[in-house]
Amino acid sequence: MLIDPMETQLPGDPVKAIERPQVVTQSLLYLDGVSVSFDGFRAINNLSLIIAPGEMRAIIGPNGAGKTTMMDIITGKTKPDAGDVIFDGQVDLTQLDETSIANLGIGRKFQKPTVFEMHTVEDNIEMAVKADRTVFGTLFSRHSAEIWRRVDDILGIVRLGDHRKRPAGDLSHGQKQWLEIGMLLAQDPKLLLVDEPAAGMTDVETGATADLLKDIAKTHSVVVVEHDMGFIRELGVKVTCLHEGSVLAEGSLDQVSSDERVIEVYLGR
Amino acid sequence: MNASTRYGPGIISGRLRPRPYHSALRGERIGYVGALSSCLFAALVSFFLILAGPARAQDNAALVQRFATESFNDIVGAVNGLATSGSPRAAPVIEALRDGRLVYRASDRAVFIRRPDNSFVNALTGDPAADIGTTRPVRLNNNVRRAIDAAVGALSLLHPDPARRISAAEAVFKSRDGTALAALEAAIGQERDARIKTLMEEARAAVVVANPQASEADRIAAIGIIQRRGDQDALAMLGSLPATTPPLVREAAESAAVGIRRTLAVWEAGQNVWHGISLGSVLLLAAIGLAITFGVMGVINMAHGEMVMIGAYTTFVVQQVIRTFAPGLMDASLFIALPMAFLVAGAIGVAIERLIIRHLYGRALETLLATWGVSLVLQQAVRSWFGPTNREVTTPSWMSGSIEIGHLAITANRLAIIVFAAIVFAALLVFLKRTPFGLQTRAVTQNRRMAGAMGIRTNWVDAFTFGLGSGIAGLAGVALSQIDNVSPNLGQAYIIDSFMVVVFGGVGNLWGTLVAAMTLGIANKLLEPYAGAVLGKILLLVFIILFIQKRPRGLFALKGRAVE
Amino acid sequence: MMLTRFLFEKIDRAGWVFLVLLGIAAVLVPVLNLAVPPGSMFHVSNTAVGLWGKYMTYALLAIAVDLVWGYCGILSLGHGAFFALGGYAMGMYLMLQIGPRGVYAHPTLPDFMVFLNWQELPVAWWGFSFFPYAMVMVALVPGLLAFVFGWFAFRSRVTGVYLSIITQALTYALMLAFFRNDMGFGGNNGLTDFKDILGFNIQSQTTRAVLFSLSVLALMAGYLVARAIVTSKAGKIIIAIRDAEPRTRFLGYRVENFKLFVWTVSAVMAGIAGALYVPQVGIINPSEFSPANSIEAIVWVAVGGRGTLVGAALGAGLVNFAKSWFTGAFPQGWLFALGGLFIFVTLFLPKGILGTFTDWWRSRQRKPEPPAATSASQPAA
Ligand SMILES: Nc1ncnc2c1ncn2[C@@H]1O[C@H](COP(=O)(O)OP(=O)(O)OP(=O)(O)O)[C@@H](O)[C@H]1O
Ligand SMILES: [Mg+2]
Repeated sequence: MLIDPMETQLPGDPVKAIERPQVVTQSLLYLDGVSVSFDGFRAINNLSLIIAPGEMRAIIGPNGAGKTTMMDIITGKTKPDAGDVIFDGQVDLTQLDETSIANLGIGRKFQKPTVFEMHTVEDNIEMAVKADRTVFGTLFSRHSAEIWRRVDDILGIVRLGDHRKRPAGDLSHGQKQWLEIGMLLAQDPKLLLVDEPAAGMTDVETGATADLLKDIAKTHSVVVVEHDMGFIRELGVKVTCLHEGSVLAEGSLDQVSSDERVIEVYLGR
Repeated sequence: MNASTRYGPGIISGRLRPRPYHSALRGERIGYVGALSSCLFAALVSFFLILAGPARAQDNAALVQRFATESFNDIVGAVNGLATSGSPRAAPVIEALRDGRLVYRASDRAVFIRRPDNSFVNALTGDPAADIGTTRPVRLNNNVRRAIDAAVGALSLLHPDPARRISAAEAVFKSRDGTALAALEAAIGQERDARIKTLMEEARAAVVVANPQASEADRIAAIGIIQRRGDQDALAMLGSLPATTPPLVREAAESAAVGIRRTLAVWEAGQNVWHGISLGSVLLLAAIGLAITFGVMGVINMAHGEMVMIGAYTTFVVQQVIRTFAPGLMDASLFIALPMAFLVAGAIGVAIERLIIRHLYGRALETLLATWGVSLVLQQAVRSWFGPTNREVTTPSWMSGSIEIGHLAITANRLAIIVFAAIVFAALLVFLKRTPFGLQTRAVTQNRRMAGAMGIRTNWVDAFTFGLGSGIAGLAGVALSQIDNVSPNLGQAYIIDSFMVVVFGGVGNLWGTLVAAMTLGIANKLLEPYAGAVLGKILLLVFIILFIQKRPRGLFALKGRAVE
Repeated sequence: MMLTRFLFEKIDRAGWVFLVLLGIAAVLVPVLNLAVPPGSMFHVSNTAVGLWGKYMTYALLAIAVDLVWGYCGILSLGHGAFFALGGYAMGMYLMLQIGPRGVYAHPTLPDFMVFLNWQELPVAWWGFSFFPYAMVMVALVPGLLAFVFGWFAFRSRVTGVYLSIITQALTYALMLAFFRNDMGFGGNNGLTDFKDILGFNIQSQTTRAVLFSLSVLALMAGYLVARAIVTSKAGKIIIAIRDAEPRTRFLGYRVENFKLFVWTVSAVMAGIAGALYVPQVGIINPSEFSPANSIEAIVWVAVGGRGTLVGAALGAGLVNFAKSWFTGAFPQGWLFALGGLFIFVTLFLPKGILGTFTDWWRSRQRKPEPPAATSASQPAA
């Protein structure tokens, strides 16, 4: 078997061996003092956030609060100007690219559903299933019953079994949302970043999504961004409210929604 | 894939048609080979001149009469005497002698010149002479011929035509023949033109420096004069002193040479930068329309080069029409061609946009291919229409000639192109910044969908933008018709270089294009002396390929989410 | 065993037709050329063998282009460079085979070097008289160039139009370089006047027939390799990169490596095509690097149908056939036709001939029956 030098390359160098406070090593995701600006506009401003292993966190905030940008930073799409982003207590995410971060176990569902439109639904899932991701690994990969069992399972969970042979581009908006959640499941990441999963879904489907996420959260850490307060309430988890790129309030949904400042930013003055 | 080299060597390799900008002024100094040789003889003549010193005092009549002899030695003496007399008759007489048209009447020793029509004139007065009776030609042998040649040289130093005097002085400067000294002194005494006088003094200095008999102080002073001259010839002269030169003089010469080399290097760099700027202006003109369409619409117009070509052909047609109907307007032809080219190319651009590109939005690579198809069709159309050969475009008189600033030669055509590029650039800048259309264009550049939602008619903006970009290419074509061959391949020669400019500069704003065009133009011209034109160009291409790795979207990239 | 499984699972109907026709051509054309007397109506003329052999190498180049453009979305405007490099490697071997039979009768140096007053073979030419070495170089030189170029370009995420333009700059720079005499590859005139290959006279009809068959075999092999790649799981990733590159990254695939892989494979394929092209046309010169050539190869793929492989090869054949016909019958018309073809195909036939045909065929077949899962490439477990 060929050994490809490009494949063996590992994600950047591991984090500098500096002393880290307890809270860092115990948290799954640790953001501290993160800032980023675009052409002088501060989208994220001294943001700090800690997600514990196994935790599910809901993030709310008005449009433009920086929720998606925060996910961009965690997944390596955007490099922060300042601040620490530490995963799993030791890995400095700011040094890594999207691929390495994904392979560390951080999966993401985009706000605007992005699936591979020319591929069939099942192929979309298959590509996402955790397996060898190198060029030669995929080139010589044989048909694996195990992987396809997993694909079947996931198709069942996201209820797209009937559509498995259709090109993903033909799906409706909501179905694409489901497909993307399915791909996220297939990746089996340690941390799931889910951007507005309920957008464009019916009430029933929204409920189903909430149930699914709660289910996933039993074994994974999840960060959910959502505008739908009913959905958040259903999740029943700790809520962080972002505003102008930093944390405005944190706590249970009731606490947060009764916070003066939160009301102010949502309702305006 | 047969051997079709539709892509000729591009402009980065300096396609500016070699204009005689050297000869324009430098030429007067450097001169042609003929002048050089004639002046070598000027040196010789002065040798005889010293021998025949007293002849100077005699009057013209006696001088001329001396030719009426059979003795070669006397004829030689007569030539030398006349040549150094300063007499206005010297030149015609000696020339006639050279051509074997000088005759004399043995009876009274009167001398006549036979004119080509076989009539005769009096050699002394130049008046026509009839019935001159039997004459004999003044005889020539090699000695006489040598004396004649030398005399012609010396005469050149005194010639009424300044150009002749300049070349004579230059020749002495180069030959450093000590025997020319006397003639030079005489000429310097008479010279009125300060510039020519300086040249002659420099020539004298050159003679003195090389003269082992001169005192060291004189020679060192002469070196000073030569250093002031400060050009390649001065350098060559200082570098080739005779072996017997005393060390003190040699040292002075060496330090002078170092000084000259330093200033020359600066001048040469300046000249290269100047050429670079003019090349950069050409690149800017060719690329800026491309940059606008790429920036606003995200499409690469492979037919852009053909728009340039069409602009050049428009110039040709306009000049044809002017030649037939109003020849007097020829000098203004470019000013008529400019709006015409803008309109013609612009209209074709709008047509291409409406008919083809409109259907391919969001598919940048397909647009690239379709416009390449358009470029083939346009090329072939022009080829069928105007023929495959180069078309002659006239350069108006005001665009020829040049001025010299120090050692910089500034030719009018380069200057005109630089000024023109600057005007086009400034006009575009103002247009895009200050007009409503410009605002709409920028809005579409930054966020097409949002602009559309705000009621900007993006498809009109697109059509206009494409027309504008093509129109500017047409303008570039008018300019290029002045420095390059107008042929169907004109555009292809520029398109790759234009791409390089756009890719290098990025599409964030027009300044990127300016910086990129100037950088590439100047870098190219600075590289050329060391690497040669082709290798220099290859180096630049490689540089851009590497540069893109660092900045995948060029120097001035658009930022923000809309790009992704 | 694996191969037969591959053949039966991964080759679609168009592929089968393509392979069978090529297989027949590989055998039949030489036979009809060599064994059937010239008078017979079944005789294939010598010129036809040469011409079709050339088309085969173009078809291989088209498949190489399709692999990167049709499947990975990389529009290379510089594939002609890889083709030409392969051609030069072959040309260098053929050049050294001339030996003392050149005009200057120098025992080792090719004519142009004698002409330039060179005393010995430049280092770049060492070993090229040894056929296996030359063949390794045919693949290695384009492959290595593509690898290095791609390594930089894909890592820095140069994409789209920018990538296209720097590939064009690449081939343009190479053209300028090869035009220079001191590059040591024959300058303007390139390499020509070949005498024999592996001891066989390159002019003889038998050699030419064999070269034809080899070109067909290379085309078949190229198709099979390309098909194997695009139907593998890596192929799915490659298509995914074409359609949504960032998304593929977020799934944990190292996009630059996948691109680099297809890019390099494709360049090697192009190089092999070039190597087969040179002995059949008898010359290689720097104009093969001309950017227009590379763009022409793109037209073949666009016309035939990109992302179909078979279509690309078909397009190469059709366009070049049309070109031969036009340049014979109607020389001024060729550029009009080519340009018009470009515009027409991009506007009205975005899927090319084969793509459009398959769509039509499918929709016709689908109508009578209920929708069937015909496009399954992976059977579900
Ligand atoms: N790449 C970028 N370039 C420029 N501005 C950006 C970029 N990314 C984000 N921004 C800006 O940062 C701010 C935060 O955007 P973000 O998408 O994170 O908001 P959000 O909280 O997700 O909003 P929404 O609820 O509408 O999704 C916005 O003002 C946005 O314009
Ligand atoms: Mg968002």
